Amino acid sequence: MTLVKSSQFRKASAAAVRSPKIQIALDRVMDHFVEARAHALEEFPPESWEQMRERASAIKAQTLENLDYYLDLVDRNVQRNGGQVHFAADAAEANRIVVDIAKSVGAKQAIKSKSMVSEEMGLNQVLEREGIEPVETDLGEYIIQLAHETPFHIIAPAMHKSREEVSDLFHDWLKTAPTDDIRQLCMIARSALREKFATADIGITGANFVVAETGTVVLVTNEGNGRMTTSVPRVHVAISGIEKVIPAIEDVALFLRLLPRSATGQRITSYNSFISGPRAPSDEDGPEEFHLILVDNGRLNLLKDPEFREALKCIRCGACLNTCPVYRKVGGHAYGGVYSGPIGAVVTPMMAGIKDAKDLPHASTLCGSCRDVCPVKIDIPKLLLRLRQREVGGSASERSSTWTERLLMRRWRSTVLTRAALERSASLGRFLQGPITRRNRIRKLPVPVLGGWTKARDFPPLAPKSFATIWRDELAGDGRG
Amino acid sequence: MKVLRRAGVDVTFPADQTCCGQVGYNGGFEQEAREVALHFMDVFDGDEPVVVPSGSCASMIKIFYLDLFADDPVLLERAQRLSERTHEFSDFLVNVLEVENVGAAFGGTVTYHDACHLLRELHISAEPRALIEGVSGAELAEMTDSDRCCGFGGLFSVKFPEVSAAILGEKLENIEASGAEVVVANDCGCLMHMRGALSRKGMRQRAMHIAELLASQSGLAVGQPERPEA
Repeated sequence: MTLVKSSQFRKASAAAVRSPKIQIALDRVMDHFVEARAHALEEFPPESWEQMRERASAIKAQTLENLDYYLDLVDRNVQRNGGQVHFAADAAEANRIVVDIAKSVGAKQAIKSKSMVSEEMGLNQVLEREGIEPVETDLGEYIIQLAHETPFHIIAPAMHKSREEVSDLFHDWLKTAPTDDIRQLCMIARSALREKFATADIGITGANFVVAETGTVVLVTNEGNGRMTTSVPRVHVAISGIEKVIPAIEDVALFLRLLPRSATGQRITSYNSFISGPRAPSDEDGPEEFHLILVDNGRLNLLKDPEFREALKCIRCGACLNTCPVYRKVGGHAYGGVYSGPIGAVVTPMMAGIKDAKDLPHASTLCGSCRDVCPVKIDIPKLLLRLRQREVGGSASERSSTWTERLLMRRWRSTVLTRAALERSASLGRFLQGPITRRNRIRKLPVPVLGGWTKARDFPPLAPKSFATIWRDELAGDGRG
Repeated sequence: MKVLRRAGVDVTFPADQTCCGQVGYNGGFEQEAREVALHFMDVFDGDEPVVVPSGSCASMIKIFYLDLFADDPVLLERAQRLSERTHEFSDFLVNVLEVENVGAAFGGTVTYHDACHLLRELHISAEPRALIEGVSGAELAEMTDSDRCCGFGGLFSVKFPEVSAAILGEKLENIEASGAEVVVANDCGCLMHMRGALSRKGMRQRAMHIAELLASQSGLAVGQPERPEA
């Protein structure tokens, strides 16, 4: 699934708001995440949580400033551990590398642990085309793979699926009897996946962190599927965005405190795997080959732009989605790209080009809540503003604003540049609003752009007298009291 | 104005004022916003404190002017001085004048909506609550998620009207569930937004600016917002 359809945000978001199914799922899951995070943070005094965020943010910033150095270190240390490192400029190259590795060992089946970067690459479709069966082993990812969908949420990809829908999917694909018992549904997936774990030739994972000084890939999972994927098949391929590098193994402790608390509200996830290369001669199990693919795929656009570099600090916890008033009403699919919510609204236009995602920077009320929950302190509202400025200043194909919106902004500018112009406009407005005002409210504004307001809200008519007039005529002379 | 005067402040209203420029700034229209902001800085030149009755306008002047003029040392210096002189209304009363009880009286239950910029840019949330509790007869009933956005977001509200209205819908449910008759906020954007939907839905609750609440007492003519019949 490549980055498409982000251009459809206006339509897709309105449709999501009208979908009872999506609204029920969002109502149920979003509050759960927000409450779990708040609960997990209670154990720290606010200032120590703040210190951890500061430190994590500084470590990420420092690493990104010197990313070439750290990537070189990763390369050398993974090789020293007996693994191989590949650099991929884009999705196509990354896919080709995976396919080449798979074919070199005659793989017919690949098992996958959750990886957002592989979603970016559309890896599953490529593997299928090449005759290699990809099987997602994270339960949520498995469900959306069967449904042929993209993740609805960064950390809860199938949160929009009801148990009935999951039962139907299993019935269609695995021929199991329908059930609404969640435990039983899990057992169905478990037994289907066990078989795949045992027979797959190659295991593909993402990476939550890549530790430069040790050449270690860190995986954070809750279902144990990550560990199966990295230890049972003969070959392990880890795919990571270039921004996932952190300098030292002791930094991991800090990030492992921030990530699960911000994501699911857990103090620690069930499994934390540290993978440093393939099986050593003394090891009893583990893969014979270990590959790490480091993917750019648009990330350099962010890295080389000092204004946007900080977006690469993201550790994909999803906290900004859970707190975002917009995401909470429209869900993940409306954003079109792989990454949704506030951080998706920043990285999708930067990675795919503003042209294909020009509405996303405007898909925010700039309430600032995302910035306040971000464990690495990315100033998302500021980045959205910067994108808006670029979009407005860009060529016609990059603009989100319609010509009527642009006209409106120009009118606004000339109206408020002098008091006299404002008073003239107000007088005109008072004249024009007469016929559409009933009981001191306007129920329908028959003008472009602003007309959207009165779909669900009344509009206040201009007061008969401006405050400036009241001030001049009645208040100015009053003096104190 | 009445509240400030009652607190002993000599208030003036510069006649040439128009807009702080946030409309353009938030929309990405940086150049237009700069021109409007320059007009604002000219009109409010001087040494007196500037009191702003709306959280997002106050944030624009105190915080975002510094970004808008970051590339011009002369204008940035002017923006910095203005930023230091500028106070949101409740901030000015509580932290500058050190007044929490302005002698207002209001019979009824009030709930408070934290406007986003006021809360997250200016970090003001205790001040308005203290002022509400200082109103004789008024009872503060907190709503669920008072710190969650009402969905206004300036142009957002007309660019994505369905999403904006859905966010607002949740806010109205929380207002209703609080049992309050009045929702108070210190932001004209949120107030227009909430008022518009309360009126459309024919709900009995009223949206009031904190200054309206603080000005209310017997003998004072307070402009009551329209209360349409359901």
